[in-house]
Amino acid sequence: MCLKRMEAPLLRGTPLHPRTSQLCQAQNWRRWAGYVVAGSYELLHEREYFAIRTTAALIDVSPLYKYQVTGPDAERFLNRLIPRDVERCAVHQVLYTPWCDDAGKVIDDGTVARLDPDAFRLTSGEPNLRWLQDVAAGLAVTIGDISESLAALALQGPASREILQRLSDASLADLRFFRLTHALVAGIPTTITRTGYTGDLGYELWVEPDQAIPLWDRLTDAGAGYGLLPAGMLALDVARIEAGLPLIDVDYIPSNKALIEQQKSSPYELDLGWTVRLDKGPFVGRQALVAEEARGPAWRFTGLEVAWDSIEGLYAELGLPPALPLTAWRVSVPVYSKGEQVGYATSGCWSPILKRYIALAHLRSAWAEPGTELEMEVTVEHRRRRAAVRVVRKPFFDPPRKRALPGAEGVRGVSGSAPASGAPSGAGDAG
Amino acid sequence: MTRARPDAVIVGGGHNGLVNAAYLARAGLNVLVLERRHVLGGAAVTEEVFPGFRYCVCSYVVSLLRPEIIRDLDLARHGLEILPLESTFTPLPDGDHLVRWADHDRTRQEIHRHSHRDAEAYDEFGRLMVQLAMAVKPVLEMAPPDPASWRPRNLASMARLAGHFRGLGAEKLAALVKLMTMSSADFLDEWFETEALKATMSASGIIGTFLGPRSPGTAYVLLHHYMGEIDGAFRAWGFARGGTGAVSEAIASAARGFGARVRTEAPVERILTRGGRAVGVLLASGEEIEAPIVVSGVDPKRTFLDLLEPEDLPRDFVDAIRRFRIRGSSGKVNLALAGAPSFTALPGDGAHLRGAISISPTVEYLERAYDDAKYGAFSKRPYMDIVLPSMIDPGMAPPGRHVMSIFVQYAPYELDGGWNDARREAFGDAVIDTLCEYAPDLSDLILHRQVLTPADMEETFGLTGGNIFHGELSLHQLFFLRPAPGWADYRTPIANLYLCGSGAHPGGGVCGAPGRLAAARILRDRRR
Repeated sequence: MCLKRMEAPLLRGTPLHPRTSQLCQAQNWRRWAGYVVAGSYELLHEREYFAIRTTAALIDVSPLYKYQVTGPDAERFLNRLIPRDVERCAVHQVLYTPWCDDAGKVIDDGTVARLDPDAFRLTSGEPNLRWLQDVAAGLAVTIGDISESLAALALQGPASREILQRLSDASLADLRFFRLTHALVAGIPTTITRTGYTGDLGYELWVEPDQAIPLWDRLTDAGAGYGLLPAGMLALDVARIEAGLPLIDVDYIPSNKALIEQQKSSPYELDLGWTVRLDKGPFVGRQALVAEEARGPAWRFTGLEVAWDSIEGLYAELGLPPALPLTAWRVSVPVYSKGEQVGYATSGCWSPILKRYIALAHLRSAWAEPGTELEMEVTVEHRRRRAAVRVVRKPFFDPPRKRALPGAEGVRGVSGSAPASGAPSGAGDAG
Repeated sequence: MTRARPDAVIVGGGHNGLVNAAYLARAGLNVLVLERRHVLGGAAVTEEVFPGFRYCVCSYVVSLLRPEIIRDLDLARHGLEILPLESTFTPLPDGDHLVRWADHDRTRQEIHRHSHRDAEAYDEFGRLMVQLAMAVKPVLEMAPPDPASWRPRNLASMARLAGHFRGLGAEKLAALVKLMTMSSADFLDEWFETEALKATMSASGIIGTFLGPRSPGTAYVLLHHYMGEIDGAFRAWGFARGGTGAVSEAIASAARGFGARVRTEAPVERILTRGGRAVGVLLASGEEIEAPIVVSGVDPKRTFLDLLEPEDLPRDFVDAIRRFRIRGSSGKVNLALAGAPSFTALPGDGAHLRGAISISPTVEYLERAYDDAKYGAFSKRPYMDIVLPSMIDPGMAPPGRHVMSIFVQYAPYELDGGWNDARREAFGDAVIDTLCEYAPDLSDLILHRQVLTPADMEETFGLTGGNIFHGELSLHQLFFLRPAPGWADYRTPIANLYLCGSGAHPGGGVCGAPGRLAAARILRDRRR
């Protein structure tokens, strides 16, 4: 009876949908913030993943929420909102940051890009306009929801700089990690940020929605000789786990969605303590975070590496070769120490580049030291078993090219290793 | 009757009477249900008033039917099928609309169209309501303790309750107090700016009360909507296949399965007492039925003021019952339609017609509708909660045709000059005229129209004052105050006479909780 009428589509396509829907051979679509985006373009996402890590990949990240923050109090407002020190954010610098409620629990995380002394752009995983406006009460600042008026393309991978440079009128040679520049890319006015969700060399390109497809097409043309591929969410998910980057609603629950206290996390508990500048002056949640910093967080968010012998052994017992999660999983999995549950892993996958089975886990602090031997539940042929795992530092994968400038390759850090202390380089822009 | 003397007779075969009967029979009692009408279900009935068209004459959705009743009585096996009723469509006079869908993204996108802030506030509001509903749920599931009593059992129960609320934490406790004291309009003003959203949400706070959205205390009823939500996938919220009468039939079937007997067209004239104890009932036919336990599923006024002699009861109790607020405020219009109506605001017969349709464009609209009623008139532009049962269950009407159930508020029981046929039709006209402003083709589609005023509901279903909840769901009549202070435990001043209808805690709606909790009380008393 109601089939005769064509109703408006229930899910929106992004500004790139006319193009991505032509390319998505797998018909594998995922919902993201009310949009549909490609899960994978090819039947298997493996090539798309390797494009991110070995050549270059083009990813439609338009569903990100974006806010424009302008006005004489813009800096003051952001300093009130986020735990990082915005005074120290130069024009054309980008900060990765979480932000908290009054109890110091994380509401969301994203990037803050300083376009001008009095103008910033903020991205987030969930809608935040109401929160931003409420925090801005009494300040001379205007907050605009530009989510729908700005499309976003991520160009990620080792060849991304060369491809982008072929089209860009601005030099990328001196565009540092977590910095931005305005440029004409193939004649299209574009804001280029050297950011991304892959933990690799890469850029995010911010353009007017009607320019998104022309830009996509020109990048595809320019990247053809470099092995550029469109990549979907499945490939991106593996890359971001390797980079140790938490995903909202998967690795943590935003505090304004949590039904009970235990579901909330502080920045310290998410291993984002490096973003918290308690000495910078008041900001939302500071008081609670001062207390937490003093007593130490109850939880830590760490990497786990599954011991190969252990998982192989569990399968071998049954006469099977080990089955590995080529697609990342996103369910909560218990982690044990000597039979007692001490935490839970929230994302995991087989890392094709590291040849390791890795996971991101919340662990009680006493069990979160790197090197701690634990066990993680795995289901082997319908039975719950426990595989040996070891706590390791994030990021799992951290190539020097991520933050290096051309000609300085390898100077700042060694692939796969982590900095000695403080700011983990994988998590963003610290250092 | 050739069967043995019953252990309990239940006056009234409404859904609560039947639930009570089922639980008592399950415990091994010989139970007899006596229903005045030819159909079971009380106000929860489906009747083919116009050939081929099945009307949910009075109650029209399953909202709060307790999941434990569905499980205990195995109602699914007895034919209860609850179909999803997932959207709320509010057409607006300016041609715009607001729809809240089952899908989160879709709802957010829709509210976002009206206000970015509200789209975000909606999620947080929903979270708070779920938290508060979780906090209040145990209270609904318990028989209320009497705060004035020093009996150990009562004190323990009070202590548990106090501990429960203390455990909520300051933030939620504050919200709960606000909810208990504020008007729904003021409460929602703290959260939202979209008029249609506030009005449609606050409408759920005024259903069945003689209050407006700006009357204090109405915010609490907002919670009831979210009560259904916490049962989530269990889905106790929806439309019963076959109409609301199917709920009653499933419960009756369960009761019979446990051995209960059910007699229709057996109106009870009197509850018989001897020496302060209930001993049976007298039917209008003159037949006397003896039973050591009598349970009344009819409303408190009818039970205590009509079915008993004044000498049977303490004077102060009679006083309290006489003061019990039971003003009917709503009417019902049921239509048989030649086809689905098309709303200007969202034309066609799409998914928006498979849920509730709410005529509640602004809070002021609702408050003005209340203004009419305050001074003895029915609302010229009433609030309406509409469902097209045949869109959800095609079996409710012949193929391609539809039935429309329109809950209408306000229609005061005490209409200026009283209700008569002409005023009933004028009321029906006001409803159709208002609706035609939103769906102009409706008037041409009407094949048959049934209009029920509060006076008709009293006459047909025995609801005193035409009040659908057996007494208004306002705070001063809830919990340990329902129906009278000191008598919220389903007992009455007459030994072995119990109350099991919506006039007892936790109150109205097709929820069955009073019937179930009364049965538990009776069975406990019997073991003594």
